[in-house]
Amino acid sequence: MTTATATPTATEAATTAAADSPTVEILGPDGWLPVCTLDRLSPGRGVAALLPDGTQAALFTDRAGRAYAIGNRDPFTGAQVLSRGLTGTATGRPYVASPLLKQRFDLANGECLDDPSVSVPTYSVRTRGGA
Amino acid sequence: MAAAASPTSARTDRPTIVLIGHGMVGQRFLEALAERGVTETSRVVVLCEEPRPAYDRVQLTSYFSGRSAEELSLVERDFMDRHGIELHLGDPAETIDRAARTVTARSGLTVGYDTLVLATGSYPFVPPVPGKDSTGCFVYRTIEDLLAIEEYAKNVTTGAVVGGGLLGLEAAGALTGLGLRTHVVEFAPRLMPVQVDDGGGAALRRTIEDMGVTVHTGVGGKEITAGEDGAVTGMELSDGSRLDTDMVIFSAGVRPRDQLARDCGLEVGERGGIVVDATCRTPGDTAVYAIGECALACDGRVYGLVAPGYEMADTAAAAIAEQDTDGFTGADTSTKLKLLGVDVASFGDAHGASEGALDVVYCDSRAGVYKKLVVGADGTLLGGVLVGDAEAYGMLRPLTGSVPPVSPEQLVLPAGAGAPVALGPSALPDDAVICNCHNVTKGTIRGAVTEHSCTTVPEVKKCTKAGTGCGSCVKALTSLVNDELEASGVIVDKGLCGCFPHTRAELYEVVRTLRLASYEELLASHGRPEARDGDGCEICKPAVGSIIASLAPSVGADGYILDGEQAALQDTNDHFLANLQRNGSYSVVPRIPGGEITPEKLIVIGEVARDFGLYTKITGGQRIDLFGARVDQLPLIWSRLVDAGFESGHAYGKALRTVKSCVGQTWCRYGVQDSVRMAIQLELRYRGLRSPHKLKSAVSGCARECAEARGKDFGVIATSNGWNLYVGGNGGADPRHADLLAQDLSHAELIRLIDRFLMFYIRTADRLERTSAWLERIDGGLDHVRDVVVHDSLGLCDELEALMAAHVHHYRDEWAETLNDPERLARFVSFVNAPEAPDPSVRFTPERDQIKPDLTLLAGPTLPVRTLESVRPLEGTSAR
Repeated sequence: MTTATATPTATEAATTAAADSPTVEILGPDGWLPVCTLDRLSPGRGVAALLPDGTQAALFTDRAGRAYAIGNRDPFTGAQVLSRGLTGTATGRPYVASPLLKQRFDLANGECLDDPSVSVPTYSVRTRGGA
Repeated sequence: MAAAASPTSARTDRPTIVLIGHGMVGQRFLEALAERGVTETSRVVVLCEEPRPAYDRVQLTSYFSGRSAEELSLVERDFMDRHGIELHLGDPAETIDRAARTVTARSGLTVGYDTLVLATGSYPFVPPVPGKDSTGCFVYRTIEDLLAIEEYAKNVTTGAVVGGGLLGLEAAGALTGLGLRTHVVEFAPRLMPVQVDDGGGAALRRTIEDMGVTVHTGVGGKEITAGEDGAVTGMELSDGSRLDTDMVIFSAGVRPRDQLARDCGLEVGERGGIVVDATCRTPGDTAVYAIGECALACDGRVYGLVAPGYEMADTAAAAIAEQDTDGFTGADTSTKLKLLGVDVASFGDAHGASEGALDVVYCDSRAGVYKKLVVGADGTLLGGVLVGDAEAYGMLRPLTGSVPPVSPEQLVLPAGAGAPVALGPSALPDDAVICNCHNVTKGTIRGAVTEHSCTTVPEVKKCTKAGTGCGSCVKALTSLVNDELEASGVIVDKGLCGCFPHTRAELYEVVRTLRLASYEELLASHGRPEARDGDGCEICKPAVGSIIASLAPSVGADGYILDGEQAALQDTNDHFLANLQRNGSYSVVPRIPGGEITPEKLIVIGEVARDFGLYTKITGGQRIDLFGARVDQLPLIWSRLVDAGFESGHAYGKALRTVKSCVGQTWCRYGVQDSVRMAIQLELRYRGLRSPHKLKSAVSGCARECAEARGKDFGVIATSNGWNLYVGGNGGADPRHADLLAQDLSHAELIRLIDRFLMFYIRTADRLERTSAWLERIDGGLDHVRDVVVHDSLGLCDELEALMAAHVHHYRDEWAETLNDPERLARFVSFVNAPEAPDPSVRFTPERDQIKPDLTLLAGPTLPVRTLESVRPLEGTSAR
């Protein structure tokens, strides 16, 4: 843990909002981190999560209910904004388009669809529990 | 100017070319000289009689529909300076001394020449009838003539045009446009006797009479009668009848202006026109050329059309540059034009004068359509006349002289009435001329695609000049370019994106008629097969979201854009109801209708900005932009703004932004209407209206136009009689002055017209297509839009008004709605797992007593930011 502002209380507050919905967890440097309940995610729209080391992840679901997490930082501008982009599908690959300059990133492997030499980190995601 | 320094313009070392006349052909000649580099090696002096540089005389009548003198100009602003050309306006040449090789102008200026070019044009022929000089008699040739007619027409009710030819009908159109009862008197038995035959003339007459113009054929004016004050009272006709009229416009043909040439002993034709050879040079003096309507070409004809004039200008310029030229030995006098809204075209041997010529005629008097083709005994197409529907002209004219691939009757039948396959320009031979104005062949256009890698019509236009003259060939050009692109493997897909094969306008119709207010359903039912199971894309989602929002009350959707599925369709700006800035922070713009704000509200904005540490800047739209808010601060900022009576300014949306205003009649000594009140009313009426792109507007209280309304999507300018409405203006990278849609409107008329205009735009525009680009793109342009929204030609107006009424009725402030609902507020956190934590990457440093983004925090392995152009198509291009 470094300078993370994510206190356990804040995390619990967010994750216990709806007890009957499964919890989404991201695999961070220190193991699985509960982030929010699945019902906080809506298909096509992302949310940002603060990881214990101070880095940020962008979390998405698609229409089939699959969850994805990639780095929140847009490598073209340095801004932490990828969670606020619009998602889509290109030749079967789920992606998010940066809201700043619109480059697209593959949600599954982090690759930039418009410039294969660029990529963002990806995180493993799982859902646990729920009614 | 050189004239001011000395009455005799000095000779220089360089040879001097003097051009007399700066009309359309004169300007083309100067351009042709510049293209050949002659302006660098020679001194060029131009003597021009009119007080303004060359303008588009062909479009003269459009001056009455709002085109300004500047817009009619054919001369690029710095053209003369760039090429070092000395232009003397309002100083006509008066004498030519061929022995001394000098020209003397009215001001006394004398210029020596090595080469002299006469482009003096023609003058309107006024028949020698008694009374022709009475007050209220005019000709129709220059902008000054138009200004005089416009002024005189203000105080009279009836006008008569002598001459039912091309210009006469233009003049009649202008008079009806000025609100006068209009008569046309033509001596020949039909209208446009030179271009069309009896059948075409009859069709034309019916349509024109339906517009309220009274047509008299087979009679001439015998005498103009005047009252005691010398003003016109009427006209005695050759059949003994009398016509009461307050003014007369003579438009009975033109004559070459060859007096200067006569005076200096140059040879002129029996019926006028300066005799020239195939290089446009006078046979009697090798230093003198004549081009355009003043010249008698070597085929013994005087050409009164602009295309042959341009050809002569090119020929003369090439000869002066000592370059090879094919010479000018005659020209095609085919024409296509729109007279009083009626398409008229004639080409080739329109009158069937050739031996053995046969006619194929299609005539539908009900629809005012007349089409005749003249064919030879062997099936060769010789010419034709088209009235009321000249769609086929672009394809028929290039086929002239060959045997068409389908039978002639199939060429005149309307689509769907037996014509088996529409015959497109693909059927033309490669040497067929597609653009008559610039003499561009089909082969050249194909070459632009295959050899010069042009992939769009604008690129081909730039590369070949095709379609940049009168524009009548643009349709054929577009179809050729698309054919060629397809043939070379480029798929021309007009679909919105990879998910939908439809254009935005088509999707709008689908949503509207099927009341399909769900993106997912729309994708499943209308998406491309390969995209139906996918997640869509960032192009169609906001576009469909915008269509649903525009139509919300009418298709049963919620106008609030952030609930349910609609929330997932919105760009980040709409999603957070604020504008994303480069460091991930947002800016906030409260609505300030018409730019009017009380001191109390101004203080609240100041206090909010101070308390949240926001960077504050006045916008170009008379509002205040507050920068540097984090997502989690937006609801706090807005709760204070809403409490003080502010509402969303929609600066984040493709929606109405702002209606600027000048201070208007209330305070300004020049104002003639209350522009502020009108601006506020318009802004409150259209606030929140989602559209294909952002919408800007302004209202000026007088013709001084301080609010810059003509740079807006819809702009309103006050007159002493009401309001003028301008549409399709734009600032930015591609500025465009708005066009006059209608004038002297009452309050209610103005609002009704804007309602219709906006809803028609929303219905038919492409994604991210501003009104300016839309107006230029759609078939028929401004005239078509006017037909639809003013004259209700499509019967749509009731529906358009009802849609707008529903929008106005259902409007709610998005920010107030959001603040009232805890669930809606839940999204306004930086982190889903730490709702109270601010985003540590959004930081600021001081600059000029305010803040600016601290970009060092964003540094790290940041990639050089490139323009999107290199990665993706630019915003605004719908092709993918």
